[in-house]
Amino acid sequence: MSRNLYDLLGLFVSVCFIMALKGLSSPKSARRGNLIGAFGATVATVLVFFEPGSSHHHIALILGAVLFGVVVGVPAARKIQMTQMPQLVALFNGVGGGAAALVAIVEYLKLGSTASTADVVATVFTVIVGCVSFSGSVITFLKLQELMTTRPVVFPGGRFVIAGTLVGVLGTAGWVINSLGTAPLLIMGALALAFGVLFVLPVGGADVPIVISLLNAFTGLTVAASGYVLQATLLIVAGTLVGASGTILTRLMAAAMGRSLFGTLFGAFTAKPQAASEAGEVRPVKSGSAEDVAILLNYAQRVVIVPGFGLAVAQAQHTVREMADLLTSKGIDVAYGIHPVAGRMPGHMNVLLAEANVPYEQLVEMEEVNPTFPQTDVVLVVGANDVVNPAAKTTPGCPIYGMPILDVAQAGNVIFLKRSMRPGFAGIENELLYDAKTTLLFGDAKESLTKVVSALKNL
Amino acid sequence: MSNGLALLSIFVLSVFIGFEVVSKVSTTLHTPLMSGANAIHGIILVGAITVADRAANNLQLILAIIAVVLATINMVGGFVVTDRMLEMFKGKPRAAKSEAGDSK
Repeated sequence: MSRNLYDLLGLFVSVCFIMALKGLSSPKSARRGNLIGAFGATVATVLVFFEPGSSHHHIALILGAVLFGVVVGVPAARKIQMTQMPQLVALFNGVGGGAAALVAIVEYLKLGSTASTADVVATVFTVIVGCVSFSGSVITFLKLQELMTTRPVVFPGGRFVIAGTLVGVLGTAGWVINSLGTAPLLIMGALALAFGVLFVLPVGGADVPIVISLLNAFTGLTVAASGYVLQATLLIVAGTLVGASGTILTRLMAAAMGRSLFGTLFGAFTAKPQAASEAGEVRPVKSGSAEDVAILLNYAQRVVIVPGFGLAVAQAQHTVREMADLLTSKGIDVAYGIHPVAGRMPGHMNVLLAEANVPYEQLVEMEEVNPTFPQTDVVLVVGANDVVNPAAKTTPGCPIYGMPILDVAQAGNVIFLKRSMRPGFAGIENELLYDAKTTLLFGDAKESLTKVVSALKNL
Repeated sequence: MSNGLALLSIFVLSVFIGFEVVSKVSTTLHTPLMSGANAIHGIILVGAITVADRAANNLQLILAIIAVVLATINMVGGFVVTDRMLEMFKGKPRAAKSEAGDSK
């Protein structure tokens, strides 16, 4: 294949990626956009085997590695529960960052002392950011999978350790650029991995999606930088597109959650660790039976259901729809109040409810549902906590302060379906649970809802 | 224009395109868009294959092959999981009911 034809097809793939991102930003064209992107990526992968000047020395090994990647990646993506999807995205992002760092390391080893300063700088950038993205993504995965605490991890002198690591990374980077040695590069990579861990540890669980989005943008930039080292235009275009759009997306997400990006990343340094002692004192709450809940619902005019991650975990989306259908058939006005970050990520809850075929017109965004709460008789909070926690408005300094919430306290009655008194993902006590108009129904969301449905049928 | 400068121009122009294409997107699509962008940077697979092809010794080859595996997981898995998310949004709510059985 001639060089010109190869480059022309590379340009075609770049256009595919631009169309893909464009398509993904509108609901109508989103799925097609993703397919265009996948098509472009496939073309590029086939194409690279026909790159002029390639040796084909290791073609069997490379094809085997691609096949192995497909065998690992596709079933993981197909079988994953929709509830666990955010951590899978984090993990995919992490391995992408790791791949970019490895590519830069190999190219650096090969260039040796023939590397130009610009190449070395680009390599250093790729290795640092790729390593940060990799280790940071692994920590976000562990947090989302709840394999480690979802609270911000802050240790004494933490900020000095982080600053020290960063200085170490930059210092070794200078060393690499000056000496062109292999050992400094590996030390720099190790320090960058450590920095990735330290950088994500202090981030609270609720802010993790923003960090994933940021690391995603980082990985895009590393791909662009490795494209510079390899003189591959396609990598530069694709990586930069992801880096730029990812940065915008991160800002949009932070805005949707009412957080400043700076506050998210560095808030844990300035905030004092939350006192966990409050959990020790036992305060009275009003808990009710499924029958009590059914009676409240049955005599309501308007019911708003606030779904949260607990609903997703219990796989209760189908049962909640059954209950909503039952209430609608009794002439009760039912709507779902969807917080932008209900679930684990913006839009996550919409995906889950769409899976249960909840009619779109019943899904009401936060801005539209908030003014209707004073006219709402009953709010049923299913496995949500932080998104209705008034502390976001009343307690400056708490991790979710400033996040827009659903004003469920304005409604006549609030029913919480919860597994326990355990605080939500952000790890903050919810005062609303102790309010006089609040009723708690403890148990697995699906079992509780099933009981409520049968109680409703008997009324 | 030198080659380095040409690459820099491509980089800067791509930044503006990247900003432009996603400047208006509803919160509902944030997650799929992030996931789709995530799949796109799996294109590092092309770079991984290139360096594997040119590997001069076994160490370079091993590292490059690991990169190929990781990049493939990122790219293929990323597109598949994004498609699964977007599958949920397809069609009008009424139509979605009858199609749900087929998609499983």
